[in-house]
Amino acid sequence: MTDATATAAPRPHGAGSLLAQDERTRRRNKAEARFRAYGLSAVIIGILALVLLLVSILSNGLSSFRQTFITFPVMLQAERLDPEGNRNPAEMAEVTTFGYLPILAQAFVEHVESLGIEHDVGLRDMAAMISDEAPAQLRARVLANPDLIGQTIEVEVLAGGRIDGFFKGRVTLASAERDRNVTPAQLVLAQALAEEGSMETRFNWSFVTAPDASGQRPEAAGLGVAIVGSFYMMLVVLALALPIGVAASIYLEEFAPKNRFTDLIEVNISNLAAVPSIVFGILGLATFINFAGLPQSAPIVGGLVLTLMTLPTIIIATRASLRAVPPSIREAALGLGASRMQSVFHHVMPLAAPGILTGTIIGLAQALGETAPLLLIGMVAFVREFPAAPPEGLFDAASALPVQVYSWTQRSDPAFVERASGAIIVLLVFLIIMNAVAVILRRRFERRW
Amino acid sequence: MNDMRVTEREVDDLEIKMKARNVDVFYGETHAIKHVDVDIRDKTVTAFIGPSGCGKSTFLRCLNRMNDTIDVARVEGEITLDGEDIYDKRVDPVQLRAKVGMVFQKPNPFPKSIYDNVAYGPRIHGLSRNKADLDEIVERSLRRAALWEEVKDRLAAPGTGLSGGQQQRLCIARAVATNPEVLLMDEPCSALDPIATAQVEELIDELRSRFSVVIVTHSMQQAARVSQKTAFFHLGELVEFDSTSKIFTNPDDPRTESYITGRIG
Repeated sequence: MTDATATAAPRPHGAGSLLAQDERTRRRNKAEARFRAYGLSAVIIGILALVLLLVSILSNGLSSFRQTFITFPVMLQAERLDPEGNRNPAEMAEVTTFGYLPILAQAFVEHVESLGIEHDVGLRDMAAMISDEAPAQLRARVLANPDLIGQTIEVEVLAGGRIDGFFKGRVTLASAERDRNVTPAQLVLAQALAEEGSMETRFNWSFVTAPDASGQRPEAAGLGVAIVGSFYMMLVVLALALPIGVAASIYLEEFAPKNRFTDLIEVNISNLAAVPSIVFGILGLATFINFAGLPQSAPIVGGLVLTLMTLPTIIIATRASLRAVPPSIREAALGLGASRMQSVFHHVMPLAAPGILTGTIIGLAQALGETAPLLLIGMVAFVREFPAAPPEGLFDAASALPVQVYSWTQRSDPAFVERASGAIIVLLVFLIIMNAVAVILRRRFERRW
Repeated sequence: MNDMRVTEREVDDLEIKMKARNVDVFYGETHAIKHVDVDIRDKTVTAFIGPSGCGKSTFLRCLNRMNDTIDVARVEGEITLDGEDIYDKRVDPVQLRAKVGMVFQKPNPFPKSIYDNVAYGPRIHGLSRNKADLDEIVERSLRRAALWEEVKDRLAAPGTGLSGGQQQRLCIARAVATNPEVLLMDEPCSALDPIATAQVEELIDELRSRFSVVIVTHSMQQAARVSQKTAFFHLGELVEFDSTSKIFTNPDDPRTESYITGRIG
């Protein structure tokens, strides 16, 4: 593209008019115009890809923040829920969710009758419209408050995944014909209930607060445990990678002699940054779980593995920002009789801090989205129990956001497509927040020399 | 500015503050300074002149061991301050640099307030007992650097916001604040306009009353104006070292004469 400089015989300047472009200028201008067009089209392709990604994720995933609920009154019969009759939660706990299921189903059938809706749905199919999760939720509510027994309470339970899908447009009357999990008659009934106001699709906090649910209950699955697990891992990464990375880079950049050994270290750090993340997973499995005996699926192990993975990023960013501090600042400090360490901590570090923070946050964001190494240390497990508060909670089993996305995409129920996209939205929101913080920090502490 | 007039100043009876004997400096394989002997007297301005790359800055940086920060630099020979070898193993360069201050070619104030710039040296060396003490040191140093009147109302403003000449005087104030015995100046006026240069030169002459000043300069007029002793360096060698009047009026070496008359350099 630049060969215009080499060809064409030299011609004395000043031969032509300034008002007319000569041949060389024309060719150079054309080359530049072509290059601009290439650049612009590259940018457009990039933007289109981004828009496509966002549109597809948002259109698939936004609906996961909304959920369909059925509201109806339930008579909590004392003789079935508390056979002993002394309201002792320990004894009441012997009634399992199978004890609550028929009560809910019966109440629902009676509610539909009382509304006078005409339908041809069988009793079993009517019970199937309620989520399998609903008896467990009712049971938890009753056990928490035994006084409810004997009363008639208004309950709001999750509708089944297919019914929910009907209100979100995923399930239609036509698709229900071919579906063994739902009948068109159920959908017609659901529509009628919605018109009566007993069934409603609305915003659903439990998508971000509830733990995961089994493959048969997509409507109840939430991200709670995954968010807590990811948060714990970020704590571990921040607590380990920031001090270790910054100390290592300050030593390498400001104190270490420049010799073959430090050159070797430098090359290796750059190489580590390019090592596939799954390799770090194997390393973590071998050292932290098999050798050190830490528990599987624990945020501490995930955090340690991600620390190893993030360290090169932080070290490279920190060294770059240390190098960007002009040497004249160091000389000024040394010339005044400051020691090396004083010159670094009083003058170099404050100037490099925005770069270090930005590098750290970018490293954290990278770690937050990392999936592959976590698969190898057992974080892909199905975890319904929230981990305890740190520090003990770091050793409890937990999941992580990207791993939750991965495991939801493995499940067969189509409702999990929406769940997985919703989880990606949550992950993206966290990443955008972190990157925004990085940008704000950079702006706020912009170098001032 | 074309003032080549040299005022006679008798300084030979002052005591020798720093003495360099047979100093060689190597940058890796390059022999940058060859067998240099220089005496720097107390309360005297000594100028190092010579063409670019002749080693005058390198030699200056040997006097407070700033070359230590360059890995490949190696210094041989003997340099003493008040009779003590500054390259002795027991000498901590940090203590040396508190006694031998330095002002650099490019003004390099810290990106902090004017006050903090000047107060930094006294703070790290523990020269003040309390805030009032420190305030006084800062004011005195800024006055000595002829900057007080211009900045007294904005001591909290960043030092980097000053003009080039003010920045350089701030750097001088910062160096003076630690009460050095010798002040090294590496082309302190090369980034300044003529007015700021004149101010700094005036300042150098005043500083001479308190300690000895060593100045590296490209400008022969400047050397003639401010110094009492001049050393002429060429290709890493010290060609001639004598009183400034002698160097500029009647040099012994033909190379010195060629340089000051503008034929080499």
